[in-house]
Amino acid sequence: MTVTAEDRMTTMIDARKGGRLTPGRKSGSARTKARAAGILLAPALIVLFAVTVVPIFYGFYLSLTDYNPVERAAPTFHGLDGYIRVLGMPAFWSSIGITLTYALGTLAIAVPGSLALAMLVNGTFRGVKLFRTLLYLPRVVSLVAVSTIWLWIYSRDGLLNYVLDVIGLAPISFLTDENTALVSLIVMRAWKALGGSMIIFLAGLQAMPRDLYEAASIDGCGRWASFRHITLPLLVPITTYVVTVDLIYLAQSFSEIYVLTSGGPLGSTTVVNMLIYKEAFEYFRLGEASSMAFILFALIFALSLFSTRVLSRRGVHA
Amino acid sequence: MTASLSPLAPSTERSTPPQPTDQQPGARRRAPSHSGFSAGWSRTVIVGLVTALLMIPFMWMISIAFKGPTETYSYPPKLIPESPTWENFVQVWTVSNLSVGMVNSLIVAVLAVAGNCIGAVAAGYAFAKIDFRGSKLLFLLVLATAMVPAVVQLIPLFLLVQDVPLVGGNDVIGQGGTGLLNTHLGLALPLLIQPLNIYLARQYFLDMPDEIADAGRIDGASEFRIFWNLYLPLAKPIVATIAILSFTGAWEDFLWPLVSTSSSSMQTLPLVLSSFTSSGAVQYGPMMASAIVASLPVVVLFLLTQRHFVNGLSAGGVKG
Repeated sequence: MTVTAEDRMTTMIDARKGGRLTPGRKSGSARTKARAAGILLAPALIVLFAVTVVPIFYGFYLSLTDYNPVERAAPTFHGLDGYIRVLGMPAFWSSIGITLTYALGTLAIAVPGSLALAMLVNGTFRGVKLFRTLLYLPRVVSLVAVSTIWLWIYSRDGLLNYVLDVIGLAPISFLTDENTALVSLIVMRAWKALGGSMIIFLAGLQAMPRDLYEAASIDGCGRWASFRHITLPLLVPITTYVVTVDLIYLAQSFSEIYVLTSGGPLGSTTVVNMLIYKEAFEYFRLGEASSMAFILFALIFALSLFSTRVLSRRGVHA
Repeated sequence: MTASLSPLAPSTERSTPPQPTDQQPGARRRAPSHSGFSAGWSRTVIVGLVTALLMIPFMWMISIAFKGPTETYSYPPKLIPESPTWENFVQVWTVSNLSVGMVNSLIVAVLAVAGNCIGAVAAGYAFAKIDFRGSKLLFLLVLATAMVPAVVQLIPLFLLVQDVPLVGGNDVIGQGGTGLLNTHLGLALPLLIQPLNIYLARQYFLDMPDEIADAGRIDGASEFRIFWNLYLPLAKPIVATIAILSFTGAWEDFLWPLVSTSSSSMQTLPLVLSSFTSSGAVQYGPMMASAIVASLPVVVLFLLTQRHFVNGLSAGGVKG
């Protein structure tokens, strides 16, 4: 998925520089070069191997066992049993649904919202740099720190219930009512995501070719028409990027949910990562938790394939 | 169009390479404004209002942090504290675990910055500027590891870190103790090398001319000297970017510290913050003061380097 896209981009960059694909590196023997490359690569590759590659394979092995460190000393191999059991668990499917709702709900607010913000701060006017900096701040502050303030905003005597009180509505238990908890999390997460995506959209807007707009206005295109027929199609690659990266990231959400609801009430905010965490570190069912992790991996892989394919198919001919 | 979008190559977590875009300096200034407002106060007012609306959570965060215990729970809530006090800050810094968390977070962040600035930069250079067999394939494998969600590594890494031999009370085959759990190195381990940073460094070095290396080789410099004395000094911007990304990434890491530490003396800041919510009645005043103190280092870092990120020239963003 993304590997190929990335590779394609690298190739494009190479091609852009006048086919410098085989650069002039004639002097220096191949052996000394290989040795130098080995020395420079060794620290990174050794760490990646130990911390990422080995755990991935070990994790896959665990997912084929029923390892529970409390009940038995060593993992017993039982093939795909763990996967079958996980796929038969209603709690697992509900966590998949919650994860998708959470990720897509957040994107549904954050993507149009951040594009609107980017258009607002695209231009030169007094204070624009200050506004960009301020709007970007939620991205900088950690999710846990951000969650603590929203915990108050959503609380019984917090800001939102005060506003409801002022306009004469009954208070809502935002985070402790199973009907509102997930939506409350989504609103918080979208707020947090606005600034970062705004900057990416802003970069895209600033790279727009000016002459297209001039040509359009000479042809009598209105502002809406040029937004609809020039800006939006040209933003498709950037939107694809934002949606794909955010989907991958949001599908792995954990910390804000841990802080705000711990997956409750009644499991209504238990995303897959929360379920895996509880299975592994509260019930010590490491085998099943590993199976879940690999199913999540497959889901994320499929999601990113889907978003890159579907989005890039639309409006390519900008 | 595509060329200037190339910095937006996919990545799983955070940013885009701050590659030089094809934009001419000053092109941004001449870019047309597609909105309906004339450049002037009217637009400032409107954007200012939107910004203020979105800043409401931060305003209350600061407000509550400076309120005394009785005022925190008084209803209706008031944005401007009647008698602002540093009480909460003093309390959290001296009584709660915040100062411990700050030290731990700094140590872990420094380890992550060092690991990435040394290891990932060197690897990125080797992939970009040294020809060797299998370079492309190896690089693809490195990128592939970036695609695996962190939770896949979580459980096996926990077991492996627990079983590192001869540390944390473990014997030669790694049994009997806790290994590298509850240590700074254990906390930093998954952060030491981020594949994305290797990618960023590689892209940056690819854009630098090969003639530098050729000249160095003609002068008889070793491959290592060519990297260290010729290319690295020119690559300061990407090293700085990688340092910032590694620092902020380490600063907000949550799941791994949650799993890999059990003693409160090893808690990092996010864990200290989250522990405020697990006690029955949440103490909003101290919690907000802690959140502010915990955020200060990254916010200051961001304000010092924000030109880099916010002005659109780098086409990048740090994800949080």
